[in-house]
Amino acid sequence: MSFLTYLINGLSLGSIYAIIALGYTMVYGIAKMLNFAHGDFIMVGCYIIFSVSAALGGNSVVGIILAVILCTLLGITTEFVAYRPLRGAASPLAVLITAIGVSYFLENVALLIFGADIKSFTSVIKWEGLSFAGGQLRIQGVTVVTIAVSVVILIALQLFINKTKQGQAMLAVAEDKGAATLMGINVNKTIMLTFAIGSSLAAVAGALLCSAYPSLSPYTGAMPGIKAFVAAVLGGIGSIPGAMIGGLVLGIVEILSKTYISSQLSDAIVFGILVVVLLVKPTGILGKVIQEKV
Amino acid sequence: MKKLGKVISALMASVLVASALVGCTDAASTETSDSQAQTQPAQETESSSDNGATFKIGAIGPLTGGAAAYGNAVCNAAELAVEDINAAGGINGYQVEYSKEDDELNAEKSVNAYNTLKDWGMQILVGSTTSACSIAVSEYTKADNMFQLTPSGSAVDCVKYDNVFRVCFSDPNQGIASAQYISDHNLATKVGIIYDSSDVYSTGIYQKFVDESAGKNYEIVSQEAFTADNATDFSVQLQKAKDAGADLVFLPIYYQAASLILTQANTMGYAPTFFGVDGMDGILTVENFDTKLAEGVMLLTPFAADATDDLTVNFVKKYEEKYGETPNQFAADAYDAVFIIKQAIEAKNATPDMSISDLGDALKGAMTEIEASGLTSSKMTWDASGEPNKEPKAVVIKDGAYVSAE
Amino acid sequence: MKINKITKNNLITYGIVVAAFVLFTVLASTGNLSSHMKGLLIPMTYYAVIAVALNLCVGILGELSIGHCGFMCIGAFTSAFFSKATAEILPSGIRFFLAFLIGIAFAALFGFLIGIPVLRLKGDYLAIVTLAFGEIIKNIINAFYIGIDKSGIHFSLKNAMELGLDEGGEVIVNGAMGITGTPHDSTFTIGIIVLLISLFVVLNLINSRDGRAIMAIRDNYIAAESTGINVTGYKMMAFTISAAIAGAAGVLFSHNITTLTATSQYFGYNASIMILVYVVLGGIGNIRGSVIAACILYLLPELLRGFSNYRMLIYSIVLIVMMIVNWSPKIIEWRKRTLGRFGFKKNSGKEIA
Repeated sequence: MSFLTYLINGLSLGSIYAIIALGYTMVYGIAKMLNFAHGDFIMVGCYIIFSVSAALGGNSVVGIILAVILCTLLGITTEFVAYRPLRGAASPLAVLITAIGVSYFLENVALLIFGADIKSFTSVIKWEGLSFAGGQLRIQGVTVVTIAVSVVILIALQLFINKTKQGQAMLAVAEDKGAATLMGINVNKTIMLTFAIGSSLAAVAGALLCSAYPSLSPYTGAMPGIKAFVAAVLGGIGSIPGAMIGGLVLGIVEILSKTYISSQLSDAIVFGILVVVLLVKPTGILGKVIQEKV
Repeated sequence: MKKLGKVISALMASVLVASALVGCTDAASTETSDSQAQTQPAQETESSSDNGATFKIGAIGPLTGGAAAYGNAVCNAAELAVEDINAAGGINGYQVEYSKEDDELNAEKSVNAYNTLKDWGMQILVGSTTSACSIAVSEYTKADNMFQLTPSGSAVDCVKYDNVFRVCFSDPNQGIASAQYISDHNLATKVGIIYDSSDVYSTGIYQKFVDESAGKNYEIVSQEAFTADNATDFSVQLQKAKDAGADLVFLPIYYQAASLILTQANTMGYAPTFFGVDGMDGILTVENFDTKLAEGVMLLTPFAADATDDLTVNFVKKYEEKYGETPNQFAADAYDAVFIIKQAIEAKNATPDMSISDLGDALKGAMTEIEASGLTSSKMTWDASGEPNKEPKAVVIKDGAYVSAE
Repeated sequence: MKINKITKNNLITYGIVVAAFVLFTVLASTGNLSSHMKGLLIPMTYYAVIAVALNLCVGILGELSIGHCGFMCIGAFTSAFFSKATAEILPSGIRFFLAFLIGIAFAALFGFLIGIPVLRLKGDYLAIVTLAFGEIIKNIINAFYIGIDKSGIHFSLKNAMELGLDEGGEVIVNGAMGITGTPHDSTFTIGIIVLLISLFVVLNLINSRDGRAIMAIRDNYIAAESTGINVTGYKMMAFTISAAIAGAAGVLFSHNITTLTATSQYFGYNASIMILVYVVLGGIGNIRGSVIAACILYLLPELLRGFSNYRMLIYSIVLIVMMIVNWSPKIIEWRKRTLGRFGFKKNSGKEIA
């Protein structure tokens, strides 16, 4: 019984990682850039929901909608101002460093506006959750919603990418930018769309992250962002179902290693498992193996 | 192309270095001209910055980064104290100047901050806010024999030098006091602990608490850690305490993580007595926090923002007006620190034209003689080791406010 | 005597370092340097050293590592442990020298051990695994307790109480509290010497037969392999040397600050990425650029202290602008055009990966 409890706890944590990883992998897989600022987009989304709810007396729906819109705009602007000029730079690392600059920028703006002290976030999910075995096993409402939302996003993204023209264009851009241009695809537009979708997902993920763990500070997004990156790599870079699986696996492994091995060393164990998985399957759980040609 | 890049970077480098040097000499020259303009004719002191007509007090703390809440509390409250002192006529008639520097919770940057303040002319240091930074800086204040009073550096080693004193309790002190209190008041039979194994403060209290618990009337049934990188999900730690039947959970941690723990315990339907230390103070002022969750939480803290004595009421009012936040225990410690310095200066009739080292010697001597009263205690004395003697107050949270637990 | 171009280039690099050393020493001894600047000199040297180390890994070997501070951490902790344990027995000069050997040796050992699995991976997967190892090192050291008493060295991975020390025993590595009271042995002169040695090692490696093999692997490992180059061996060699130099930076670090804790602000992925910023901004594969960029970027937030709360914000903006100006293909194109008119000679693609 207690194992089941821990497993459910792992699922709760994993579902949060998964939903962040979905947005992360979207940008990562298609624009082929590590958007280190993704975690900070999440933080921005949370602050928007927090402020709007406070201003409207606790109505979070308007807050979420506004957060999605503003995060999308933020994503597009960031892409246009900071990332686009570096497309085609001599090294892919250039844009990575800029992303770090954007991350610092957002964190420090939030610090100046909202102050350093944490704010307690009111959950946007009011539902208590499911209860089994006479109340001994409980799945929180936010966990159920997060998993449901993740699955919906997963299916929607899969359909979008595989069935629509823009989605196909994204795949083409991910495969080969030059060839995509030759096929008449507007690479800049496609990548901008990718960022728009990725950033709007960040706002949704932020709402759920802060509902599950209701502490909001300018640095709220940083660590979940990195964990989601790990989850995305674990699942296989660019694979959307992989991100979901990677997130869930990461959450469950983290909780179980805390439970049965050591709560002090759980970080080391989680990263150790990542190393082992990548050594066995060097492109992640669902990653494609790309044969290199001479 | 690369050549151009190099030319540019070389240019930028030289511009920066030049500006750095100019900046420094600038600072130095304005300082000397300042002090020459203001003071009595040429004095035979080693350092030119010592003979201004004002006392210069500096503060260091993390103003950006994850620990910014603590550093800002300390630096704001110190600023407020200096303003209050100046408004009331200064120290022995001398006005006080104040400056703060950011250390990003980084010991190396803390030393940089110290050096910056020294260039500014600092004579007395309030800081650093955090333990590791405070220890690193004390190495340098020791060399300069500058008087250092850390409001909140609680690790044992913070005050290992004779020129360093502290306002807060030391970590072991809090561990011992907590164990004593829990046992004396028969609060529990089984105790669970959740601590931050990546934090100096938390581990320090935890270790002493466990040591001290041997032979007490309760038993420690679970000891679980978390780390700074892993401070969002506490379900495992709580579940283990619950499964082990702990009826009291000891939380030697800061209020940010504690607020999450309380929320998660509530979702789990686990309701033991939670027992915290001074880092827990601040939990009631977290914006939008449901204080019902903290109902019944006990903590040992020297300061409570809703105390009704005039000093606290005034301080909280002014702080809230100026910074828009309710002061926590860090702020109270820092506010006291500045007033303790004032009292020490007055006790020795020290003047701003004394050299840093002479001032340090005078204040060192004064500290063991004075008896201070402030926000964090009505009676504080120090011995030469630098540790304060003051009584921890136990409070319990009732209806969203602190109530004395006695 | 004719000096070839490479030697000349290297001599310029050494010359810059020596000139900076002379300049700052003169300024310091004539009292023209503020305490703030004086305090910054030593950190600048060790950040320059680790930037050189990382550039060897990223620029020359061509593998992105975002866990290099882990090696710095190992160098810092092993050497500080040694120095603290022998503080009373050995005179400071010999002790510090031995501390260097120990820090470097351990960092190299871990570089070798970690290199075995890491270098089998590619690209982003490799990067994430270096990040993972950096975090693992940090996390484990945070749970490390080592104490010394009369009966020898005690060790625990749980807490200090488990060490079971005798009366008078001393806990040297105390988990999250790390090591306090490491002797303050690092000086600007020693920092510069270490930097010069690191530069010497790396520049010579690059211009040797081994270095050319390493760069051949970077540029096209299949072609390199087919010409009979031992790909794994050379990769391991570069990675281990890079780790060893990072370890040397760690030794300087731990003997400069008397409190050493394995926390993210010094050794986490954030810190490793800061070093990567130095390398990228200085020019990938451009060793001299790394040294200069490390110094500038370390100085920048310090020089911005006057802006108090806005300084990190300004820093982030400067970082973004500098990256775009230095790396944007359009701006590079524009610079080429405008400067081409003034007859600037271009020799592009020389140092760049």
